[in-house]
Amino acid sequence: MIELTINGTRRRIEGDPAEPLLYVLRDNLRLHAAKFGCGLGQCGSCTVLVDGKPVQSCITPMAALAGREVMTVEGLGSANSPGSVQQAFIDEQAAQCGYCIPGMIARAEALLRADPRPSEAAMRAAMRPSLCRCGTHMRILRAVRRAAVAMGGGIVDPAEPVS
Amino acid sequence: MALALVAVLAIFALWARAPTIAAIERPDPASFDRSEVVRGAALARIGNCASCHSVAGGRVYAGGTPIETPFGTIFGSNITPDPETGIGAWSYEAFARSMREGVGRDGSHLYPAFPYDRLRHTSDADLRALYAFLMTRDAVRAEPPANALIPPLGWRPVLAGWKLLALPRTGPQAPQPQLGALWERGRYLGEGLAHCASCHSPRGLLQQEVREQAYAGGWSDGWYAPPLDASSPAVREWTAERLYAYLRTGLSTAHAAAAGPMGPVTHNLARAPERDVRALATYYAWTMREARAARSEPVLPDRGAVAARAHPAGAALFRGACAACHEPGAPMMVAGRPDLRLGSPLHQDNPRDTVQIILQGLEPPVEPNGPYMPAYADTLTDTQIAAVTAYMRARWGSGPEWGDLEKAVADARAESGE
Repeated sequence: MIELTINGTRRRIEGDPAEPLLYVLRDNLRLHAAKFGCGLGQCGSCTVLVDGKPVQSCITPMAALAGREVMTVEGLGSANSPGSVQQAFIDEQAAQCGYCIPGMIARAEALLRADPRPSEAAMRAAMRPSLCRCGTHMRILRAVRRAAVAMGGGIVDPAEPVS
Repeated sequence: MALALVAVLAIFALWARAPTIAAIERPDPASFDRSEVVRGAALARIGNCASCHSVAGGRVYAGGTPIETPFGTIFGSNITPDPETGIGAWSYEAFARSMREGVGRDGSHLYPAFPYDRLRHTSDADLRALYAFLMTRDAVRAEPPANALIPPLGWRPVLAGWKLLALPRTGPQAPQPQLGALWERGRYLGEGLAHCASCHSPRGLLQQEVREQAYAGGWSDGWYAPPLDASSPAVREWTAERLYAYLRTGLSTAHAAAAGPMGPVTHNLARAPERDVRALATYYAWTMREARAARSEPVLPDRGAVAARAHPAGAALFRGACAACHEPGAPMMVAGRPDLRLGSPLHQDNPRDTVQIILQGLEPPVEPNGPYMPAYADTLTDTQIAAVTAYMRARWGSGPEWGDLEKAVADARAESGE
C-alpha cells in the first residue's frame, strides 16, 4: 500500500508497487488528462508534476511515490475555471489533436513555478522533452510565453512578443 | 615584512610575464585558402573545441561555458574572430603560442582547463589550418563571465609556477612505423589535438594529468571517464571496428551509447574525416590491447532472482521505471539497443556513471533520433536511485557491491550542479 497526495487529496493505493503512476491515474482514479503515448518515457504525453517537478508518469512506479505530491492537469483548473497555463493554451489555440497538451501544460506549469522569468532558451530547454506530432510547437511556445506573463512574470528575451 | 612580500610578488610577476604579441587587424576571411579552412574545420571537430567554447543554444565558439574545477569555475573563452571579446586581433603567432604554451596574446597565462599540455603536440600545418578556420567564422561579440576561482588562483602569474611544476616537457614521440600509418595518425591526433587523456587519466594535486598513469581512468564534469588501457573494465573487446562505430555513431552495439561528456565528442567525430576516426579507433584499440576483454570475453550472467531477493525495493523500482526498455526482450532491446550488462558502468569500481545516467538520462549523442533516455533526477529520490543501482549491480555487474550508494547519488547530484 502506498500513501500519497494526488491533486491535494490524500490517497491510499493498493496493488503492485511496480505499477506505473499513469495506470493508477487513468484506470483506478479516472483522471484521464495524462495520456499514454509510448510507455517508454520518450514522448512526454504522460507528464505530471511530482513535488512540483515534471515527471513522466508512464515510467514512474508507485513504489517511488510514498509521501510525495502528485499534481495532474485536473488539479490545475477545470473547463469552467481554467488555470493560468490552461487559459494561455486556450487563448493561443495551442492544441491540434491535443494528445500532447496535458504533458505540455504540466511541463510549463513546473517551469513557471520554479522560475517565473526564464530565458527563451531555458523555456525551450524545459519544454523539449515533450513531443508534439502535429507540429504545433510554435503555438505551444506562444502559450507558454503568454502563461508566463499571466502569472506575473514573463520570458526575459521572448522570441516573439505576447500580443 | 608586507613590503618584502609585495616586492617578491612583483619580481615573480615580472619573471612570470610573457611578452605581449602586437594586436593585428582582423585578417580578411577571403585571404585564407579555402581548402585550409575546410581542413581546419575537421581538426576543430577532432579537438572537440566547441564543447568548452560554446554554450547549449548559444553561438558556436562564442565561449561562456562553465567548467567546474576543484578550485572553482572557469568559463570557456570566445574564440570567434571578434577583435575585442574574441581572438580577432590575434596573429597566427599569438594563436600558436596559446595552443603550445598556454599564453594569451596579451602575455597572460591561460588556465590549464584549456588543454595546451596536449594541444602543443599539434603540427604547424594543422595549427595554421585551425587558425584559418577560426578566423573565418562569424565574429560574435560576447564576453564570457568572470572566472570564480579560490584565491590566489585568480592571479594569473601563479600559472607560470604551475607550468614549471606540472607541465610535462616531453618532446615528439619516436615514430613506430611497424604499427602502421593509421596507428601513427591515431597516436598523433589522440595524444595531441583530440586530448583524450585529459579526461581518461587521473589528475594529481595540482590537477595536472598524471602522465605515468595515462589512460588509467579519470573524471570529467561529474562523470567517470573509464580507463583506455589494460585496466579497461569493458566486458567486450574494444576492437578497432567497434571503437570506430562507437566514435562515429555514438553507439557500440557490443557495449553502450556515449553518455555524459562523451556524447558531444562522438557528435563531433561523426562529422570529422572518416580516416581520422579510423585512426583514433586503431590507436585506442591498441592501448586497450591487453585489457581483460581482449584476452577473453566473459559469459555475462543474469542473476535476476538473487538480485531481487537481495534488493526487493530496487527490483520493484526497476520493474516500474526501467524494465519497459531494459528488461531482456523489451521492445527497445529487440530494436537493437545494447543489453545493460554489456556497458562498462555496471562493471566499474565506482557507481558514478550508472548513477549519472539514471540522474541525467542520455541525450541523443550524434543524431536527434536517439538513443534517448529520460532523466530520473526528479522522478526518483537518492534512496530510490541507490536501491535500483544496487539491484542492477547485483543482477548484471561484476565486482563487489558498491558501498554507500546514497552518498554516491548525493555526490553525483552535487557535482552536476543540482
